[in-house]
Amino acid sequence: MTILFRRLLTTLLLIFAIAAPASADEAELRSIIAKFATTKNFQATEQVIRELVATGDASVERSLLALSEGNLYFRKADSAVFIGSEAGQVVKLLDPLSGEAAGEEAKAAVTKVRVNNGLRRTIRDVLGTLTLGSDDPAVRLAAAETMFGNPDPVAIPALNAAIEKEAVASVRAKLQQARAAAVLQSELPEADKLAAIELIEARGDRAALSLLTAYEARAEGSLKEAAASAVGDINSKLAVWSAFQNVWYGLSLGSVLLLAAIGLAITFGVMGVINMAHGEMVMLGAYTTFVVQNIIRTSFPGLFDWSLAIALPLAFLVAGGVGLAIERGIIRFLYGRPLETLLATWGVSLILQQTVRTIFGPTNKEVGNPSWMSGAFQLGELSITWNRLWIMAFALAVFFLLLFVMKRTPWGLQMRAVTANRRMAASMGIRTPWVDALTFALGSGIAGIAGVALSQIDNVSPNLGQGYIIDSFMVVVFGGVGNLWGTFVGAFSLGVLNKFLEPYVGAVLGKILVLVLIILFIQKRPRGLFALKGRAVEA
Amino acid sequence: MRGSFSSVTKFLSAGALAAGISLSAPAMAQEDTIKVGVLHSLSGTMAISETTLKDTVLFLIDEQNKKGGVLGKKLEAVVVDPASDWPLFAEKARELLAVNKVAVVFGCWTSVSRKSVLPVFEELNGLLFYPVQYEGEESQRNVFYTGAAPNQQAIPAVDYLMSEDGGSVKRWVLAGTDYVYPQTTNKILQAYLESKGVAKEDIMINYTPFGHSDWQTIVTDIKNFGSAGKKTAVVSTINGDANVPFYKELANQGIKAEDIPVVAFSVGEEELAGLDTGPLVGHLTAWNYFQSVDTPENADFIAKWKTFIKDDKRVTNDPMEATYIGFNMWVKAVEKAGTTDPDAVIDSIIGVSVPNLSGGFSAMMPNHHITKPVLIGEIQADGQMETVWQTSGLVVGDEWSDFLPDSKDLIADWRAPMSCGNFNVATGKCGGKGTN
Repeated sequence: MTILFRRLLTTLLLIFAIAAPASADEAELRSIIAKFATTKNFQATEQVIRELVATGDASVERSLLALSEGNLYFRKADSAVFIGSEAGQVVKLLDPLSGEAAGEEAKAAVTKVRVNNGLRRTIRDVLGTLTLGSDDPAVRLAAAETMFGNPDPVAIPALNAAIEKEAVASVRAKLQQARAAAVLQSELPEADKLAAIELIEARGDRAALSLLTAYEARAEGSLKEAAASAVGDINSKLAVWSAFQNVWYGLSLGSVLLLAAIGLAITFGVMGVINMAHGEMVMLGAYTTFVVQNIIRTSFPGLFDWSLAIALPLAFLVAGGVGLAIERGIIRFLYGRPLETLLATWGVSLILQQTVRTIFGPTNKEVGNPSWMSGAFQLGELSITWNRLWIMAFALAVFFLLLFVMKRTPWGLQMRAVTANRRMAASMGIRTPWVDALTFALGSGIAGIAGVALSQIDNVSPNLGQGYIIDSFMVVVFGGVGNLWGTFVGAFSLGVLNKFLEPYVGAVLGKILVLVLIILFIQKRPRGLFALKGRAVEA
Repeated sequence: MRGSFSSVTKFLSAGALAAGISLSAPAMAQEDTIKVGVLHSLSGTMAISETTLKDTVLFLIDEQNKKGGVLGKKLEAVVVDPASDWPLFAEKARELLAVNKVAVVFGCWTSVSRKSVLPVFEELNGLLFYPVQYEGEESQRNVFYTGAAPNQQAIPAVDYLMSEDGGSVKRWVLAGTDYVYPQTTNKILQAYLESKGVAKEDIMINYTPFGHSDWQTIVTDIKNFGSAGKKTAVVSTINGDANVPFYKELANQGIKAEDIPVVAFSVGEEELAGLDTGPLVGHLTAWNYFQSVDTPENADFIAKWKTFIKDDKRVTNDPMEATYIGFNMWVKAVEKAGTTDPDAVIDSIIGVSVPNLSGGFSAMMPNHHITKPVLIGEIQADGQMETVWQTSGLVVGDEWSDFLPDSKDLIADWRAPMSCGNFNVATGKCGGKGTN
């Protein structure tokens, strides 16, 4: 879409926005909307949007929004246009102007009006101007943001009027920024533009930087200098934020590593079993989530936001149960023979992978994010995604719960006793075989609940576990075998280190460097960060 | 375990075949069949993509047998599992050609697996149909490439984004997984973009390891790169499983297709089936086929495929279409030659043209690549692609890229008298860089 056309559109809109709210003849609107059914290509659709906006009637918003979301349909039989929503094999239809229900049609009887990114952009831009006078402050704020991203000098009078009327301070600030952005595009005197640059600089985010960088390239004289210094200021401010951002990313990666490794810290760290099937326990947890979500989707759609909470105990039981079976069936015959254990658990991991592949198929399974885990929020210039935040909280909760079980419960005491000195513990009347089995089951179960969380950020496929097994061993070995706090510190320091290296050397080299550093570290301190001390270690 | 698995499959397929032609004795059935090898990973990391292609070949064989087979003989599938293990691909290829005496092999997905079987096919003079989009820079006498070469996917996609319809993109992020296909494709794209006047600082190239799952830093980098006041797009050659966390991160960080579109070359209907596509609406993919293509051939193919696989939810994708085209070309070439002898088929297949699923015909060219249309699609909320642009005609696969200095003088022509996969037009001699 050409700039000329955008200007024209905005001009038309503003004429109407400034004038009393116009309401075009309803029949006329309907006849324009009906044209969506006959458009042959995207240009033609754009023509219709233009006609619709030119009427200046705010009631076209509904149908334009539906179009940009791909919800505008027309009936094949009579080319009548509706807003539709798919429900199974039928499409529920709404009137495009009033939004009232207008029956339903079979999917095959209606066709979607096609839309592409260009049209979505057009609609977003024109709606921004159209909704400047809305009653809802949130809508006005969004309109101001859109106009900031798409500045146009023609809009200045309308923005002036809007700023005059605006009562909410935050919206007012955004409107002023939008005005400043438009001023830079206009023919206004230099003093106005200098003030505008200052205002945009104060905003100080990426969008402001983008705008000023583009302006700097075409400005001249003192304006160019002012823009350049503003760009420099914003850049240095953003550099500070980006360091914080790296720390956050590092902590977030660390929490994922912690989650993946924490089960292994029990089976490998505490029990000393080189458990190559650990990743598959994570995978089983993720598949449990998939099954739970599937049942919820088909039978209890209202519970979807609770699906993860329901999946957690089930994943613990499933993975823990499989772990128990593996310990009783295989590992207990192999204690003290690490090489055989390694091979046997590796074999188990292959069997589990192929079993899952046979049952669920080789393709990725869709595990949805509950609404409270989608999206992001801004903290200054830091954008923090909800799913990462929840996973971090979850990882910490699991870690401290496990720490509590190990240090404060009789079961934990028995586990530690068996690890420290098996024969002594047996003499004291502890049933060591059962403690072994339950410890392994606990480690596996925790890997299972890690799988529930990881299903939210990674894909659920039979290969899920393989991606985590090496990282998990790395964390446990680096942190110090047998020490939960070592795993904790190890996971977070590896995460932060990785994320600080990544911007400079790239993801591939970053990973290699981390591995090299760990190898060097292990050379220096073979027992990891927090080595166990005492006779048990020497034995 | 692997050996017994493949023999079980063989036993099963032989059993299925015997049931199909119940009147003839099993011993006779062995004599009267043409064996077709299927060399796709059914376990390991690549099983996610390759299992579907194994099913596709079985489906095509089933369909062909319903029509009476080839040259009056039924086709018999020999399925082996190379388990995503590249050296095992070569071993299994040898087993198919030397032990099972198959007439043709359909197989491989990754370029490294193809490279590892090339010497085997050359030595034993077999036929391989390779159905996946790849980086080009290769043309081999025994191999037929039915997937897209870079000029049949990457370059048209970039052209579209540079056009006004695609948003007049001025700044480019080339993001890929760190292996041969993305590296070569990005090299070609970089040379192409620079030839179109894109400045060096407007191109950002980023590689990630296989299965990369923490995309926070890279998505932030893309966001920052895109805030330089110029329209920015991402060209993604990210492979396999890494796509899901990448798209999830994009959606969570609020990068919309209207602002920074991502065009992907390795994301098809199958990959999207494992994703909540709501937040991805508007991101682009470039292929030669979409399941949503509205032609009678395609509708027929989808309906028969769903019946065969007994799952109404299964999708179809581009490598499946490439397998379909390759299979039909082989059938036609064998019928033309009157024999399954590889030398005769290699001669007869050039110029063979079969219907593709997007409403036209694809022909085998002398360079062992095929002609196909290029489609650009936008991801829809239901996980399907909606075609927003397509080339006006068919594009001939260009094996040696014109945009790389090493290969711009090379051409391949397997017809006599040239019969050369890397003829250098500058020196007038057969032989140059690259594989044969």
